[in-house]
Amino acid sequence: MIRINGEEAQVLGMTITEYLEMKGYRADVVAVELNGEIISRDSFDAVRFVDGDSAEVVRFVGGG
Amino acid sequence: MITENEMWEMLSMRHTPDVCRRLREARVAVAGLGGLGSQVAIMLARCGVGMLHLIDCDVVETSNLNRQAYRTCHLGKRKVDALAEELLTIQPYCRVLLTHVRMDEGNAVDILRDDMLIIEAFDDAAAKAMLVNTVLTQTKDKVVIAASGMVGHGDSNAIRTERVNRRLYVCGDRASDLADGLALMAPRVMICAGHQANLAVRLILGEE
Repeated sequence: MIRINGEEAQVLGMTITEYLEMKGYRADVVAVELNGEIISRDSFDAVRFVDGDSAEVVRFVGGG
Repeated sequence: MITENEMWEMLSMRHTPDVCRRLREARVAVAGLGGLGSQVAIMLARCGVGMLHLIDCDVVETSNLNRQAYRTCHLGKRKVDALAEELLTIQPYCRVLLTHVRMDEGNAVDILRDDMLIIEAFDDAAAKAMLVNTVLTQTKDKVVIAASGMVGHGDSNAIRTERVNRRLYVCGDRASDLADGLALMAPRVMICAGHQANLAVRLILGEE
């Protein structure tokens, strides 16, 4: 099972880039935490979700 | 004029000596001195945080007056200078380090090399993500308190503090977006700034 933002996600084998595209998230406004570590944006095309992963995608919105 | 001894004595009486000492020994960086950053910096100075590193590239404009900690006499001044002036009228014994520069992926780590606790207080979503990603992937132990979602005059209680991991916390409602056409207003921006400042105090005091 893979959990993203606390919910089970059917993303086995998918890259982070593919996941962001599926959700309609712009890569330049997110931070992706995977199993406790923030993943470098340079790695979004290479890192694939595997069974047991727990991720949080933080999508930043404007305002401050 | 209050003397330095009187100021720290007052804070020690108010906060207890141990809490006062730990806040006085702390250093916090504030990246972006708009509605969030200007208010966070003033709150931390009032708490007796000993050193603030203030980072911003803008000057004070009329459109800032609806929510940022500046006054009409500051119009046209660099925000780093205007905020330092304002802070030091409240707490003359807070040490301020001023960096007037636009942060990007190339300079952020160097600018923040001596800072361990960083308040992300930019208004642009991509700038927020840039700072969080750069600091957390290029350094090993710095902690970032970011903000996302405080636009408009929606529910106050939708603004919350969440821990993503041991190095990243996000304050805000995580949804209300400047891009949706809502305006930034002082109350909700200050609620979010209060979340960031209180979390900074809690982290300094080892309570998170």
